[in-house]
Amino acid sequence: MFKLVPRAEPSRLASLLAPLVALALTLCLGVLLFVLLGKDPLRALEMFFWEPIKNLRAVGELSIKATPLLLIALGLSVCFRSNVWNIGAEGQFILGSVGASAVALAATPESSPLLLAGVLLAGVLGGMLWAALTAFLRDRFHANEILVSLMLVYVAEQLLSYLVHGPWKDPNGYNFPQTITFLEPTRVPRLVAGTRANWGLLTAPLGVLLLSVFLRRTHAGYKLEVGGLSPLAARYAGFSSQSALWTTLLLSGGLAGLAGALEVAGPVGQLTTQVPLGYGFAAIIVAFVGRLDPVGVTLSSVLMSMFYIGGEMSQSRLGLPKSITGVFQGLLLFSLLTCDTFVERRLRFTGFRRSAPRVP
Amino acid sequence: MNELALLIASAIASGTPLAIAALGLIINERAGVLNLGSEGLMLVAAIAGFATAVHSHNQALALLAGAGASALLCALLAGLLIWLQTNQYATGLALSLFGSGLSAFVGIGYTHENLGAHPVTGLPGLSRLPFLGPALFSQHPLVYFGMLLAAFSSWFFFRSKSGLLLRAVGESPEAAQALGYPVRWIRCAAVVAGGALIGLAGAYVSVVSTPLWVEGMIAGKGWIALALTTFATWRPARALLGAYLFGGVTMLQLHLQGRGVSVPVELLTALPYLSTILVLVLISRNPRFIAANMPASLGKPFHPGA
Amino acid sequence: MNPISRSRCLVALLALSACSKKPSNEAAPSAASSALSTASAAPKEAGPLKVAFAYVGPVGDAGWTFAHDKARREAEAKLSGKVKSSFVENVPEAADAERVIRDMVDQGNTLIFGTTFGYMEPMLKVAADFKDVKFEHATGYKTAPNLRTYDSRTFEGAYLAGVVAGSMTKTKTLGVVASIPIPEVIRNIDSFTLGAQSMNPQVKTKVVWVNKWFDPPKEGEAAQALLDQGADVLMQNTDSSAVLQTAEKAGKMAFGWDSDMSKFGPSAHLASAIINWTPYYEKAMNDALAGTWKTEETWWGVKEGAVDLVSLSDKVPAATKTRLDDIKKGLKDGSFVIWKGPLKDQADKEILKAGEAFDVKALRGINFFVKGVEGKLPAAK
Repeated sequence: MFKLVPRAEPSRLASLLAPLVALALTLCLGVLLFVLLGKDPLRALEMFFWEPIKNLRAVGELSIKATPLLLIALGLSVCFRSNVWNIGAEGQFILGSVGASAVALAATPESSPLLLAGVLLAGVLGGMLWAALTAFLRDRFHANEILVSLMLVYVAEQLLSYLVHGPWKDPNGYNFPQTITFLEPTRVPRLVAGTRANWGLLTAPLGVLLLSVFLRRTHAGYKLEVGGLSPLAARYAGFSSQSALWTTLLLSGGLAGLAGALEVAGPVGQLTTQVPLGYGFAAIIVAFVGRLDPVGVTLSSVLMSMFYIGGEMSQSRLGLPKSITGVFQGLLLFSLLTCDTFVERRLRFTGFRRSAPRVP
Repeated sequence: MNELALLIASAIASGTPLAIAALGLIINERAGVLNLGSEGLMLVAAIAGFATAVHSHNQALALLAGAGASALLCALLAGLLIWLQTNQYATGLALSLFGSGLSAFVGIGYTHENLGAHPVTGLPGLSRLPFLGPALFSQHPLVYFGMLLAAFSSWFFFRSKSGLLLRAVGESPEAAQALGYPVRWIRCAAVVAGGALIGLAGAYVSVVSTPLWVEGMIAGKGWIALALTTFATWRPARALLGAYLFGGVTMLQLHLQGRGVSVPVELLTALPYLSTILVLVLISRNPRFIAANMPASLGKPFHPGA
Repeated sequence: MNPISRSRCLVALLALSACSKKPSNEAAPSAASSALSTASAAPKEAGPLKVAFAYVGPVGDAGWTFAHDKARREAEAKLSGKVKSSFVENVPEAADAERVIRDMVDQGNTLIFGTTFGYMEPMLKVAADFKDVKFEHATGYKTAPNLRTYDSRTFEGAYLAGVVAGSMTKTKTLGVVASIPIPEVIRNIDSFTLGAQSMNPQVKTKVVWVNKWFDPPKEGEAAQALLDQGADVLMQNTDSSAVLQTAEKAGKMAFGWDSDMSKFGPSAHLASAIINWTPYYEKAMNDALAGTWKTEETWWGVKEGAVDLVSLSDKVPAATKTRLDDIKKGLKDGSFVIWKGPLKDQADKEILKAGEAFDVKALRGINFFVKGVEGKLPAAK
């Protein structure tokens, strides 16, 4: 009755409408869910979409949540475009926080504020190092980067635990597994008084800008795009998939590491085993919902953060379970993937008859 | 000596969900579909099985419920992947993330429930043999099901006509279609059947292994099962062995801790994951070996009538 | 306009329209039966004292968080009408905790309880910003003029359990499934061993770390590994009943922890070392109501009714039961001291001479295993 037929060329309209429809679909399903749970749906929607932006402090909180998501998702979007499936951003985030802490712990109260730059750089390098492991194993041994990067997440968690329980443990901390609270010169300064937003927030738009320029205006960025869309064509044109592998992994590893460094030198202020919060995985959704495009990723990271914070609020204000956030995020992604189909294909109505008419 | 026998037994018990899930994934992948949603599927199956067990007090029914829940989600996945031709990687990941959230959500009312521990009976008579008794013959029935499943799958893929057809679809769907076979429906059947097995494995964890529910309790087993399919080069018997080995490493590191071995605990805990990486590296380093064994159309969308 | 931002405008419109009709008071009892009040921030109300609790785990964990929540409900019931409590569960011990706690202050709560160590820094930060709100932090060590700490002497419960274990073990090997190597847990493992050794000096304890407070599958595997190595009585410092259930399946023995877990393993269960937070929560709420709240460090145990060993199995011999009663009496009147010399550590080094005892500070910072414990401290040098 209906058939999906390929379009002659991808539909721009569908491409623009897809995220809109997906979000609307998710909202409808969400409202249905709230009603089924016996909660006031409008009040619930208020939790998710108004509370997180209603005043300056709320926006500050939103920025703290959105910045790491955005940074990691920027890197992942570059990876996924090039068909490099970096699932281990969480591990790179952890190594970033570890690298940053290594420098931060070396500080004294007289250290220059420039040390902060060293802290952040160390974070970037830490993330890059971890991603480089994945790149190396894929490059040299053809080991699947999905599985390697994922396994390395678990290894990173153990490394963090080791450091925080052992060599880096705060000697005055009654043996609790955490480092000292980092000294002032190594902390990211607050950006807006009365909120927790810090200067790290600025890395976000900077990252978006740089990446947009890289992807759209540089030769290297162009190579990555083509490589992802058609590996054969890329090879024909002489674009090496090996360099794509390394470039994308190092880039996303560095960005994830930066996010980890900002988290640990920013709102948290010390290294503990609780620093990794799953941003590396959430950023995967952010990247897809943002259509793997820097501007899209910016918007979707804000949206995702609203989901997170809203989910938290609705737990304490409405008694809604926290896991509802995960359900929403998953629904959004599914809806988007389904709607995306219609960019390349369209439905054609083929009449009511199922098969050719029988000859009597 | 008894400790070794018990270690083997624990390794087998721990590896069984990995084995069954890996076997399900092999069915998917042999047909050419990469199912990155295994973690989410196992989680959903775990809560479905657990909830069923709580309400029905029937273990077999609970296991079936888990398999059914996963199969249902896989039908959805099949629709998206095969007919709407969404990106296999992205959709699989979406399923994992969604399954994670959904299972946590549904499971909220069940965190205080408890299924009660049933003592394991094992095979009568055989379980009394010295060493082999405790090592091999004192397991839950599903463990033996896993072994039989591996044997059956081997026969299915390499000696049966339908298995050959499935493999053909995985190697070259275009050729299969040219021969008149309904490639999309075969792939769909593979996804759903494999999904049922993945679900069975997930339900086993929450109904048999640890008769409690806690969100995220699959803790990466779905991903490890994926790694196992590559490790096993898509052969069922090897997948079974690999799963037991992995279970062995997991239990061994706990044993080593108990013995007070002078190795940092964190390194021991990381051992199973490091081993997985090592194994992947060893297996994959010869690309021709992999290419010779990997279903050629794995991960690629199939366009009928293209 | 980009469709994504267009859609967000739509949604903002939707939300704005919802703002115009804010219900004044919404009682939304969920299955977890928490009384929630959503009156927006009204700092000084003549109504009941608004109290909020932050939990690290789910209320249904049947362990740590369950014990806190049970006490919350009991204390509120005892102070009927004077107190209105609410809670948020599954709050991670990190940057997110600060946001949740700030939100609790926003909601008008003037007494806030943080029930895990990891909330220490976030609570301190919020306490600095809101000087007229009182904060209570469990198992921490930093205080402020409006933030005080409270804890329970879980090691007394561990010792009592050890006494039972020592009298019941046939293989002379005990096993402990341990969570995170902080002093509290190490102290509990040690106390458990000391208690067992007081009944049977040859007892050894094996330890396996799961690195989490709550991870039933891992706890079950760790328990299995300990049983495989010959332990026949298990103890835990984790929050689920998985260890007890593994022992039940294998026909061995185990204890419940934090809450009464007897129903989870009817034949394996020897006793449960529970924490009863009700007396303290009652005191804290009364302090706040009466205006006598002041910063202090509270560490209550058997004496104050905060710790106990309950639901003793019938299998426990009468002589052991008598010994338990004696010890409890001694703890209540101060005549019995658990941590006293002569005491040696794993490496046979003398820690305490005969006649010496640990003071509170030393007790708090315990980071060594006593002789008889076979296991490694993570990252121990």
